[in-house]
Amino acid sequence: MLNNLPFFPPQASTSAAQVDALYFYLIGISGLMSLLIAGLLIGFAVRYRRRSRASRAGAVDGSMKLELIWTIIPFFVAMSIFVWGAGVFFHLSRPPDDAMNILVVGKRWMWKLQHLNGRREINELHVPLGRAVRLTMTSEDVIHSFYVPAFRVKADVLPGRYTSLWFEPTRPGRYHLFCAEYCGTRHSGMVGWVVVMQPEEFQTWLGGDARDVAPARAGERLFTNLGCATCHNPGSGARGPSLQGVFGSTIALKGGARASADESYLRESILDPQAKLVDGYEALMPTFRGLVGEEGLMQIIEYLKTLEPAAAQPGGTPQS
Amino acid sequence: MSEAVSRVAHHFDDAAQQKDAATLGMWVFLVTEILFFGGLFLAYVVYRTSFPEAWVEASHELDVTLGGINTAVLILSSLTMALAVQAAQLGRRKGLIVFLALTILLGGTFLGIKAVEYHHKVVEHHVPGASFQFHGANARAVQIFFSIYFAMTGMHALHMVIGVGLLLNLMRQGLAGRFTPAWYTPVEMVGLYWHFVDIVWIFLFPLLYLVGRHG
Amino acid sequence: MTQPPAPDRHYLNVNYGVRSWLLTVDHKRIALLYLGSVTLFFMIGGIFAMLVRLELLTPEGDLMQAETYNKMFTMHGIAMVFFFLLPAIPAVLGNFLVPMMIGAKDLAFPRLNLLSWYLYMIGALFTIWAIVAGGVDTGWTFYTPYSTAWSNTNVVPVALGIFVAGFSSILTGLNFIVTIHKMRAPGLTWFRLPLFIWAHYATSIIMILGTPVLAITIVLVALERIFHFGFFDPALGGDPVLFQHFFWFYSHPAVYIMILPAMGVISELVACYSRKRIFGYSFVAFSSLAIALVGFLVWGHHMFVSGQSVYAALVFSILSFLVAIPSAVKVFNWTATLYKGRISFETPMLYVFGFIGLFTVGGLTGLFLAALGLDVHVHDTYFIVAHFHYIMVGGTIMAYLGGLHFWWPKISGRLYPEWWGRLSAGVIFVGFNLTFFPQFILGYLGMPRRYHVYPEEFQVLNVMSSAGASILGFGYLIPLVYMIWSMRYGKPAPANPWSAAGLEWTTPSPPPTENFPVTPVVTEEAYAYDLPARRLPEGTHV
Repeated sequence: MLNNLPFFPPQASTSAAQVDALYFYLIGISGLMSLLIAGLLIGFAVRYRRRSRASRAGAVDGSMKLELIWTIIPFFVAMSIFVWGAGVFFHLSRPPDDAMNILVVGKRWMWKLQHLNGRREINELHVPLGRAVRLTMTSEDVIHSFYVPAFRVKADVLPGRYTSLWFEPTRPGRYHLFCAEYCGTRHSGMVGWVVVMQPEEFQTWLGGDARDVAPARAGERLFTNLGCATCHNPGSGARGPSLQGVFGSTIALKGGARASADESYLRESILDPQAKLVDGYEALMPTFRGLVGEEGLMQIIEYLKTLEPAAAQPGGTPQS
Repeated sequence: MSEAVSRVAHHFDDAAQQKDAATLGMWVFLVTEILFFGGLFLAYVVYRTSFPEAWVEASHELDVTLGGINTAVLILSSLTMALAVQAAQLGRRKGLIVFLALTILLGGTFLGIKAVEYHHKVVEHHVPGASFQFHGANARAVQIFFSIYFAMTGMHALHMVIGVGLLLNLMRQGLAGRFTPAWYTPVEMVGLYWHFVDIVWIFLFPLLYLVGRHG
Repeated sequence: MTQPPAPDRHYLNVNYGVRSWLLTVDHKRIALLYLGSVTLFFMIGGIFAMLVRLELLTPEGDLMQAETYNKMFTMHGIAMVFFFLLPAIPAVLGNFLVPMMIGAKDLAFPRLNLLSWYLYMIGALFTIWAIVAGGVDTGWTFYTPYSTAWSNTNVVPVALGIFVAGFSSILTGLNFIVTIHKMRAPGLTWFRLPLFIWAHYATSIIMILGTPVLAITIVLVALERIFHFGFFDPALGGDPVLFQHFFWFYSHPAVYIMILPAMGVISELVACYSRKRIFGYSFVAFSSLAIALVGFLVWGHHMFVSGQSVYAALVFSILSFLVAIPSAVKVFNWTATLYKGRISFETPMLYVFGFIGLFTVGGLTGLFLAALGLDVHVHDTYFIVAHFHYIMVGGTIMAYLGGLHFWWPKISGRLYPEWWGRLSAGVIFVGFNLTFFPQFILGYLGMPRRYHVYPEEFQVLNVMSSAGASILGFGYLIPLVYMIWSMRYGKPAPANPWSAAGLEWTTPSPPPTENFPVTPVVTEEAYAYDLPARRLPEGTHV
């Protein structure tokens, strides 16, 4: 029903209806409040205009009771909006565990996307209906922002860091993709489409042409070519910690702190190995900055995600 | 005292109101300076938290001896400034001039030593930018340390230069006999400013020079 | 009621010549110097706005190139925010009225006041030079690393201009704080002060605490851009989001610098044109302080999708809801003031009604943005643009015009033409809503801001908005013409044409340079309107 409202964006994801419900609640409150104030203003303006003979007896210039009423009621209304808004935000911030991951790199002025089977896209994102999708994103230059109005989702895309957003499409169709953070000359040209297909059609499309090597395979090749295995091997006395099962594990750092080995941690460890030293290892790892680009980093991380934790190993096994 | 009355500006009721206003005004100005330097301190805290080891490494590249001497010089200059204010309060013109001159001298010494330190940094290629060179895994973070070092000490040095200018102006006025025990407000106000610049350095010195130096 | 006769000598004709104006230390003349400067920048900013709206009539980028368009919206924002909205009410009305409302002869530091104007002008000149020499295209928010490492426009000169102008703001705030603390007339206790003074006091606190942080942020951006010091550029090891924290720590309180003085004006006007004391005086006074304080704690609501933690977002969201409450309290108190008042509808009062309506809408849409789940969708879209224009234009500019009209007789010694005043208020109100209401709809539809080209389906709403903008622009021209006309041909104004309360109205129109030959003694509350024949405060000499 709401998809046919004029001047209203389509509701094409599971999140859209939630966001819209909150929006209508706010419109309702605002409408009531505006009508109240407008009504009072106009009413008083007419009734108490200078020449009117309405009684001015009993005019007061203060009332503690009124002040309390119109402070406390707005406070509770505001808190209700806060709680509802926070709830929707939590939902938007927590992708389901089984969400399908897609890698996104933004650069002036285009979106480069890659599915985990290797299929690449530029300025277009094909996704299947009814399946949760999570985007892992970074920028090669300035701050961008990945925005799909029909899904009601948006996240800034930052250089030097990963950010993510997730959605589950509920309606087939083509929906606008916009860059929503000013990034220079062709900011308004950094647009595209999200195409939601039936699941079978999507599978066909996914296996189609213009397919590159799967990111995880490309990452494995990089891991070998860059010599990572020289130090990061599961043998005893290895110079670097074993990376079996590293993704998602908790790392014990030198100095007692702990870090969660998410994508950002892994990316940092490759580019700034001295930033977080693993307990029990020397600071020997060189930086790979300049030797591997953002896409390469994502590929290596996808490869590391495939490394299952092994059975108990001698010395240096990271705790899961 | 007619001399004092003539010093009251036309929009004030009396000398007391004028002095009150000047004092509050200077304190409010110093609050703005705290916020101004505060931004730099915040940047320092953020990056030190991210790069603790680089901070230790970079701090060791600074000359603690020179920095320590400068700290002593500035603290001494705050003493001479306070004595200048006292001299003005007691109507001792010669004392005022002497202490102002000493404060200026000490301030100049501070700036001179700072210039020497900066020169060292240029020669060692520790100035951030195209010419920066540092060997070690933490080079990028060390460069950020030096960015903050130059921003903080540079901003502080600029305030010192302005302070010296204000002191020279005070000397000029003092030599012309403008200050009396009934009215020496500018001396007090510049004194407040000078003490503030000193206090900023007292925070800067350990934060920049003494990172990771134990014993 | 006896009023002083039209004066022979007053602050405008006490001496003539360019030097007497450029070297004046009279707060009233300095206010007029600012009036000229901010009006010029309003026109410059307005021209950029017209060019933006012209381009947006069509979905394609057919009027100008993308680089040019990006400069247009950037310079519109910079001119309007830093050189019009921030100074307008405090530096024009505040400078003129703060000493007069408290019975003083001038501000605490008159020469510092003149220096403030010169700093503003130097900053303005840097900025104009940068505009003429090719412009700047970073958006008024200068996000890094675009502004430090990628933009090839005149970022540093503009940054320098804003830096210098910032000190103008700081010194004005300092001057107001000391003046209000130390130079009130005998008997004028804090709770007898006009609410205009409370508003300017709260504003001054924000000016002195927030502006220095912007200043240092600009220094860091300039150092990064010129010397490649790496604070905010990840390529150099810095953090771009740190810039956003620094920037918004000032720029959010800055919007309260823009609205609090406006609210002060509204309080004065509501009281006068209802002939009633402001309802809930101390609540309105304290709400100004509350807004100033809590306003410093909400900056992260500009960064909900920037990658901060969910928990930080929660804190900033809840605080953003809290800061809305004192503003709502003011709206309720102003409305309650009208109850059983004696209301008249001169031009300033029309602007008051416009303000209360439009500020309410703008403020309510702020609640939409404080709601985390909703902000994700509308952040960086035209919804935000509409929200802040409702407050800045529907709020601040309406209050500014209302105040300018209200105090015009005192400032110029002339009456403006009343029917032209009412007409332009109406035209502005209509033009404003037509310009900005469609933008709420565009924003929810998903049209991002700072877009030079847009999808065809957004065109209808854009055309409505541009049409409204032309009406609004025309509406602003009318007062410019008749105010200038009135300086020469307007009817001479009596000392108190509105029979308003307030020490400023006990002086002749225009006032003498020293405002009060004898310092007044205050014996009653502010807004003593409910006396049968409105008495002048005891002991006042005119």
